[in-house]
Amino acid sequence: MSDFSEDLLRPTPEDDPAETSVRPRSGMCLPWLQKQVESVATRGKKEKDFAQTTSACLSFIQEALLKHQWQRAAEFMHSCLQILEDSDSHKRQAAPEIIWKLGSEILYYHPKSSVETFNTFADRMKNIGVMNYLTISLQHALYLLHHGMFDDASRNLSQAETWRYGEKSSSQEALINLVQAYKGLLQYYTWSKKKKELSELDEDDYAYSTASQNMFKHSWKTSVSFSALVQTPGVWDPFVKSYVEMLEFYGDQDGAREVLTNYAYDEKFPSNPNAHVYLYNFLKREKAPREKLISVLKILYQIVPSHTLMLEFHRLLRKSDKEEHHKLGLEVLFGVLDFAGCTKNLTAWQYLAKYLRQILMGSHLAWVQDEWNSRKNWWPGFHFSSFWAKSDWKEDKALAYEKAFVAGILLGKGCRYFRYISKQDHQDLRKKFKRMKKLVKKHSIVNPGP
Amino acid sequence: MLSGRRTQALRLRPGREQREVSPRPQAPGTQSQGLGFRPERGSRRFLPEVALAAQKEFRERCAQCDAVSWGLTDEGKYYCTSCHNVTERSKDVLNSEAIPNTKIQAINRGLKKRNKLEKGWDWYVCEGFQHVLCQQAEALKALGVGPELKNQVLHNFWKRYLQKSKQAYCENPVHARKRKASVLGSPSHADWESEPALLSDASGPFVESDGPRKPSPPSRASHSEMASICSGSLDGVEYSLRKEKGLVKMAMPTTLALCGLSLLWQREALALSDLLRFVEEGHIPYVNAFERFPEEMKLYGRDKGIFAIESWPSYEDVYRQMIDVATFLDLPRFPAITEDCYLHPNILCRKYLMEVNLPDEMYDFTCQVVKMAGIGEVDFLTFDPIARKGRTVKYDVQAVAVIVTVLKLLFLLDDNVEWSLSAIAETYNEENKEDKPCFDFRKWYQVMKKSFDEKKQKWEEARAKFVWKSKKPLYHSPIDRSVVYKRREMVVNLQKQFSTLVDSIPTAPKNSPSSFQFNWTEEVTGGTCFHGHSLQGILYKKGQSVTTMNSLYWLSTQKFCKSYCKHVTTYEESNFSLTYQFIINLFSFLLRIKTYSLHEEVSLIEKRLFKKKYSTAKTKSSRSRKVRK
Repeated sequence: MSDFSEDLLRPTPEDDPAETSVRPRSGMCLPWLQKQVESVATRGKKEKDFAQTTSACLSFIQEALLKHQWQRAAEFMHSCLQILEDSDSHKRQAAPEIIWKLGSEILYYHPKSSVETFNTFADRMKNIGVMNYLTISLQHALYLLHHGMFDDASRNLSQAETWRYGEKSSSQEALINLVQAYKGLLQYYTWSKKKKELSELDEDDYAYSTASQNMFKHSWKTSVSFSALVQTPGVWDPFVKSYVEMLEFYGDQDGAREVLTNYAYDEKFPSNPNAHVYLYNFLKREKAPREKLISVLKILYQIVPSHTLMLEFHRLLRKSDKEEHHKLGLEVLFGVLDFAGCTKNLTAWQYLAKYLRQILMGSHLAWVQDEWNSRKNWWPGFHFSSFWAKSDWKEDKALAYEKAFVAGILLGKGCRYFRYISKQDHQDLRKKFKRMKKLVKKHSIVNPGP
Repeated sequence: MLSGRRTQALRLRPGREQREVSPRPQAPGTQSQGLGFRPERGSRRFLPEVALAAQKEFRERCAQCDAVSWGLTDEGKYYCTSCHNVTERSKDVLNSEAIPNTKIQAINRGLKKRNKLEKGWDWYVCEGFQHVLCQQAEALKALGVGPELKNQVLHNFWKRYLQKSKQAYCENPVHARKRKASVLGSPSHADWESEPALLSDASGPFVESDGPRKPSPPSRASHSEMASICSGSLDGVEYSLRKEKGLVKMAMPTTLALCGLSLLWQREALALSDLLRFVEEGHIPYVNAFERFPEEMKLYGRDKGIFAIESWPSYEDVYRQMIDVATFLDLPRFPAITEDCYLHPNILCRKYLMEVNLPDEMYDFTCQVVKMAGIGEVDFLTFDPIARKGRTVKYDVQAVAVIVTVLKLLFLLDDNVEWSLSAIAETYNEENKEDKPCFDFRKWYQVMKKSFDEKKQKWEEARAKFVWKSKKPLYHSPIDRSVVYKRREMVVNLQKQFSTLVDSIPTAPKNSPSSFQFNWTEEVTGGTCFHGHSLQGILYKKGQSVTTMNSLYWLSTQKFCKSYCKHVTTYEESNFSLTYQFIINLFSFLLRIKTYSLHEEVSLIEKRLFKKKYSTAKTKSSRSRKVRK
């Protein structure tokens, strides 16, 4: 390892926030912009032309990258490398990351670049400044995976996993966990491939026992890789999912439950709907009591009221014995239909139509009015305009029918949607329409005129 | 004993023999042979301290002449300086560690001082600057500047500087003060007492490590070790701390100021802007000039701040330094700038008219303006540091400003008149295809705009690609050394990797230095050369004289700043017409100066031209002018 002792001698605490702010978010991040903004403040000293050169150079690279001129970007990169030798130690320590990001981008796309070039570059960059070793290793592994080099990526991760350098800072520890988890993910991949092979084998087959033994060994290693990461707060969906799958496969239901409960309920973790989905699915597989399922989905309902599981939630609530659950059931349905993405959801409308009738028959008019009051000034335009009436009728007669019924109940038979649909003459639906009109007349929450 | 350094020196400087003829007065008794020279050449003068040291150490009387005056041969043996008798006593015996004499150690520093820190020679900061100046002078010579510049003018300026700054050629130089307390042979001082008057002195050529050898090395065995922790040079720390009133300290930009002064003294055909442009283009060593120091001159620590610069020299900065240095050196009046000198505005105007592709006929107008403004006078142009304190002419900027003024006189440059005049010229050209074409401002603008934008883009890219970091990295202290070198190696490796991704080899052939940046010869540009165009279309005859069609004028500055701040005017781009902005941008790019300094110069010329307007304080901005032909 040929790292620079200097980085160890003076680990600047300011480094960390900058690093973390750039690292995890996927998508576009332009570190050089940040650097340029920083370079404007020059502590009262006259800025050296060196700084001018490097910032001009960075903006030329940026421009070239945006225009996909890899050749040109590489040209400027050649001189940009001198930022590694900046005499301002603060800037110098930030340099390897910039170089790595720009360089890896160029090498990823450059026509003359190859996996070998990328590998050399990554290996060199890993050893400039210890602080970036893990990040670069991880990104390097992802690059290799992208090129289908599974084994190399795995080897790379193993190397990074065992890497230690003096007292590692807390941010580095999190990174090591992440590296380990990625390693675990790769192992999981092998494992599930084996599992698939196994499922194709006959149980009496000679090969079966060795294969299953292999699998067992794998899972043990993997669970070690995952467990550390899963304890640290964060969003680790793919890792958690694979981890739970393996635990379940080997019958460690308690372990799986613990992981999922922790993932969903630990307050240190960021709010994550998937955590609750995973937990719910797990509990469902376990055939947990309804009460428990409802409590999980209740949280999901608070985070994502439009989630596809909400209809399932509604069913659970409807079947429940408690009255408050029944009320919540109505709320959930209304909530789902508040979202533009769900306006054409036939099941939701069906449920609502059916449930409204049921509730009004059960004389809970107040519940309906509660929900309706906040929506009455925008739902008519949102769901029940004549435009929607026409298009719904054209596209999906069943949907139009359900919506017309709901419209009739909520807005009275004078409403445009209801009128338009009920005027349509359709042989198959004639009977249904008659019934609908009758029901609307009977249950509509709008008082017919005096 | 032949030290590594001396051999190197000999190899580097074949001119050394001549140097020894320098007219320093000879001090009796100190005449001795230098390291690396045979004793037979006893007539040759040598560094007094060397002889002195030898003398002190080896005190026996000479077997032949009874004198006690010993010198060292290059085999390290003692020889008598009066009768040239070589003894069998070699210095090595005396020079063992047991002997507490520090002087000897100082003498053969080339060998003994190279200890585990890879320490090279003992050297002074001014020695470093001397190397830089030497390189720059050589480069100037290669550019075609006369050889007298290096050997006489710059050399003398430098000697004078060393003397004025009390570093050498004077009694009690700075370096020697430290050891003053220690008892030393006083005869050596006599050597420096009567330095020759510099400017009258046609002394030998200017050779590297000439001057600084004169300050006698202080007893620095302990001192240098201490200093070496913070710098490679002996006095790096002291030097960067040295602050005296009225002292002009050498810094990298000062080397250029000295070059600029020498060029001015010689009245060479190289303006300051050209000098700085050549520096930027790498024809004159400046950035990383220390790379070419002899290998044994180690630089680190404070030396880094002194010699490794990470900025290009700025015109204003070097210009100011030139005046400061000239005043500090107490230089007499410079040779007169007459009409046949390159730096005379008429000649410079002609050059810049060619450079920016303007018709030759405009030359008459620039001459008129120069005459009317009175800026062509010898007294006005000649630099006299003492008489005209702190004032000199920015020859190139001024010439360009004259051209801008003429353009304003002819075309007004108010985004209106110039275009209507262009329309007239265009129709004239269409109707008279046989005739000499009439200058069409619009066409000229289109051609210039394109070339200017291309040139500027290229320049910006070159600046962005500029490699500042030396191949020979500098570190703060020997502890950092390995880190710095490792980092350097990394960068080189990475650079290699990226250069393989570039199609064309990045080291594009350096364009040879030229005083012109644009080339408008017909073959190259394909008929876009305007040199031969006439100004007929925009002039008309009025009796005996010719008057410009445009009878208006506006002043670049209505009111000059009278407060005590240094600037006389300001340049807020958006307040001016687009054409004026373009012209100012174009010219300031050519000279690599800030736009406001050109604007200021234009305003100053206008101030001289329209004295009346300013004195009556009328803000009438229109004015007609007759031009006699």
